[in-house]
Amino acid sequence: MDIVQVTSLIIGLLILSSVIFFIITGRLKERYSLLWLISALFICLLSISRKLLEYISYKLGIYYPPSLLFLAGVLFLLAINISFSVTISRLSSKVDTLAQEIALLKENRDSP
Amino acid sequence: MRFLIIIPAFNESENLPKVAEDLKEFIKDAVVINDGSSDNTPQAAGSLGLKVLNHPYNIGVGGAVQTGLKFALLKNYSLAIQFDGDGQHRADQIKNIIEPVLAGEADLVIGSRLLAGGYEFPFLRKIGSRWFSLLLYIFGGVRLTDPTSGFRCYGRRAIEFFSRYYPEDYPEVESIIYASKAGLKIKEVPALMRQRVSGKSSIGLFQSIYYMLKVSLGVMLSSLTRIGR
Repeated sequence: MDIVQVTSLIIGLLILSSVIFFIITGRLKERYSLLWLISALFICLLSISRKLLEYISYKLGIYYPPSLLFLAGVLFLLAINISFSVTISRLSSKVDTLAQEIALLKENRDSP
Repeated sequence: MRFLIIIPAFNESENLPKVAEDLKEFIKDAVVINDGSSDNTPQAAGSLGLKVLNHPYNIGVGGAVQTGLKFALLKNYSLAIQFDGDGQHRADQIKNIIEPVLAGEADLVIGSRLLAGGYEFPFLRKIGSRWFSLLLYIFGGVRLTDPTSGFRCYGRRAIEFFSRYYPEDYPEVESIIYASKAGLKIKEVPALMRQRVSGKSSIGLFQSIYYMLKVSLGVMLSSLTRIGR
C-alpha cells in the first residue's frame, strides 16, 4: 500500500466511524446519515484497491489516479450539501406552518 | 354579504390608524396578520378595534396572507380581501374587486392601479412590472397589467387552494402562476390606489435586484412544478 492509500483509508475510516458513532449516540438520524455512509464507504473502497482506482481513472481519462479520490470527495460533498438545502427548505416550510398554526390557535384561545 | 379583510402587517403601527379609519365600516371583519413586527403593531391594531393574529416570528408577507386565508377558511368566509397595512389601498375600491367573484366570473381578482389610470410608477418600477407581465403571459398565459398589486379578492376556491399552497416571500407574481396552474379563474379590474403615504418603499437597491431575480426564477420554475398533486 502507498502512503496516499493509507492516508485516504484512514480518513475514510475516520468519517465512517464518526458517522456511526453519532448514529449510535442518537445525535445523527439515519435518514441524514445515508449519504455520509455511502461517501465514506466509497472512499475506503477506492483506497483499498489500487486496481479499482486505476481502472476507474483510466475509464474516466484521469492520468493521475489518486486525483479520483479528490473528485469523489468533492462530488460527495456536493451531493451532501444539496441534500442539506433540500432538508432546510422542507424544515423552513414546516417552521412557517407552525408559526401560522400558533397564530390561529392563540386567536382561537383568546376569542373563541 | 360577508367577507374577511386580511391586512398583512410588518411594523405598520404608524400606518394602521389611517387604514382602520378607511376600513371602519368593515372593521369587525378585518384581521391584521402581524408578521413578527418589532414595533407595537399588535397593540396599535388592537386599540383600533382590529382583530390581530400574531406570528411568533417573521415568516414573510406570503406566509402572512396565507395565515389570513387559513383564518378565512376556519371562520367559513367565502370571500377574502387582501388589503395592505401601509395605507396604499382604498376601502372604497373593495366593491370593484368583489364584483367579479360574486358574479361567478373569477376566483381571484386583482385590483390594477394601471387600469384605473392616474397612477405613475417610478421608471425602474415600471420596467419591473412590465417584465413580470411579460413573464406571466409567457409562462402562465395570463394577461395582467399590474401583477405586483397586493389588492386582491379571493373567492372560496381560491381561499381553499391558497391556504394549502402559497409562495412565502414576494408572493404576488408567483401566486398568479399557482392560481393559473390550479385552474382558478383570474381577473383584473381597475382599482384606485394612493401613492405611498409614510415611510419609504420596503425595498432598497440590493433587495430590488434579489427581488427581480427571485420572482423571475420563481415564475419560470413554478410554471414547471406540479402544484397540488
